Amino acid sequence: MPPPVPEPLSRTQLSTTIESLYRSESGRVLATLVRLLGDLDLAEEAMHEAFAAALESWPQTGIPDKPRPWLISTARFKAIDGMRRRARFGGTQKDFALYTEARMNEAQSNAARTNQAFLGVEDGKEIEDDRLRLIFTCCHPALPPEGQVALTLREICGLTTEEIARAFLVTPATLAQRIVRAKALIRDKAIPYQVPVSQELSARLGAVLLVVYLIFNEGYSAETTGAELSREAIRLGRLLLDLLQTFQITEPEVMGLLGLMLLQESRRAARTSPDGDLILLEQQERSLWNREQIAEGIALTESALRSRRFGAYTLQAAIAAVHAGSSSVASTDWRQITLLYDQLLRIQPSPVVELNRAVAIAMCEGPEQGLCLIDDLLARGDLSQYHLAHSARADLCRRLGRIPEARASYEKALALARQEPERRFLARRLEELNKTPGN
Amino acid sequence: MKYICLGYIKPGTFEGMTEDERHAVLDECFEHNDHLRANGHVVAELPLQPPETALTLYWKNGKVATTDGPYAETKEQLGGILILEARDLNHAMQVISQLPGFKYGLGPIEIRPAADLNEMLKASEQRRRQKSAR
Repeated sequence: MPPPVPEPLSRTQLSTTIESLYRSESGRVLATLVRLLGDLDLAEEAMHEAFAAALESWPQTGIPDKPRPWLISTARFKAIDGMRRRARFGGTQKDFALYTEARMNEAQSNAARTNQAFLGVEDGKEIEDDRLRLIFTCCHPALPPEGQVALTLREICGLTTEEIARAFLVTPATLAQRIVRAKALIRDKAIPYQVPVSQELSARLGAVLLVVYLIFNEGYSAETTGAELSREAIRLGRLLLDLLQTFQITEPEVMGLLGLMLLQESRRAARTSPDGDLILLEQQERSLWNREQIAEGIALTESALRSRRFGAYTLQAAIAAVHAGSSSVASTDWRQITLLYDQLLRIQPSPVVELNRAVAIAMCEGPEQGLCLIDDLLARGDLSQYHLAHSARADLCRRLGRIPEARASYEKALALARQEPERRFLARRLEELNKTPGN
Repeated sequence: MKYICLGYIKPGTFEGMTEDERHAVLDECFEHNDHLRANGHVVAELPLQPPETALTLYWKNGKVATTDGPYAETKEQLGGILILEARDLNHAMQVISQLPGFKYGLGPIEIRPAADLNEMLKASEQRRRQKSAR
């Protein structure tokens, strides 16, 4: 029987397939190319050329069984071709050097592949290693935080410059330059593409987790584009957890952060009204909380806690887990939350944590105790420009019936708040105060 | 995404080169363009004749008037337009930064994303339909 003739693919079908392949594979392909070529720009360009080549040749040849190796070897060929071309037209020393290096890498990896075929080793692990390397490079402490964030979203998550710019409310030209500057720093400082050695791993992982959390927080507060960024941050957290597990590296804080993000994300549908207005925990419709995310978040938090090597992300996740497990604000175990904040304060002293602890104390010991703590905090000056400190104070004053004080604090908070939903929320609270009888 | 790349040139740069230099620039630029085309980057490319061949139309005292020459008098003049297909702005920058013309000092290149007027177009069609229905 003759082999079945492959159905010819239309160009539209094919470009849809290639686009989804880009979403799922570009991170892996790019990471491997960076290792093979030793240069991020070169790797990116070669990868794009390989995807273009796929669009050109797959209508005739059909989609290869293993698109990823096809893309990687095509890209490598394209890169060598490009270097040869530039070298021919009086290229720089760098071109010659890269050209030779790439040829050597090619020979080496061919030899490695042959060996692996003998040993029956899958190259999956090698590719995961490449991705982990690239994550550590993008989040290298020598890069400015906004550069780390932009580079991670583009090179690891596969977002376009325009998509990232939209999410951070900057122009594409501004964001493009951040990426160019970050890449130039990687080149100039010769930041290596490698997973840090175990002594450094924890500290460097801290920088990576911070980038992931920055992306998540941007998504948490951003009005319209937030969901997408939070999703990417959760995706990154999962990727990191998987990659580290592949190498039998157990870092409880990775679990803690993923748990924390899932627990916070589980409330997304409940924390804004259909008009985009902010709804506080107290008034949230808890049936809208995402039970699946809560279950996963709690499980992750529990494993992190069991390790006894947990840190600040895990403790914050544990606090979020107490809320997630309560059916109302009144039935919440505020004493447990206060204890967790005490622990958090010990490992990560910060006035914002103190503020949250004060609110928890107000919930279990009464508004007056909470207010005392907040007034002390404000008197120290650290939080005097932080709108949430003033709105928390306002809320406690309101509960105590100290209306003029509540009004003054809401007004301060409103003057400091920048996000539109928060401003609307504070304005609404002020309006309600004015309607309070006895004013 | 489509990017419109406006290539500027200082008048006289090219003319000031020796014949050998000119050949070297042209050969390298053309070969590079073949490479861009082969990789699906080129949507369209339009070289322009020199600025002295330009004519500018404008509106004056209720009618269209004309002047010789380009709209803006600057040191660098628009020399050609390339419509580039690239994944995003950084990709476009990377592709354009490799154009051989740069190292020969031919002049700057402005990159602008193509605007998507689909929404505006739809809204306008709706307005016009409403107008004619009245």
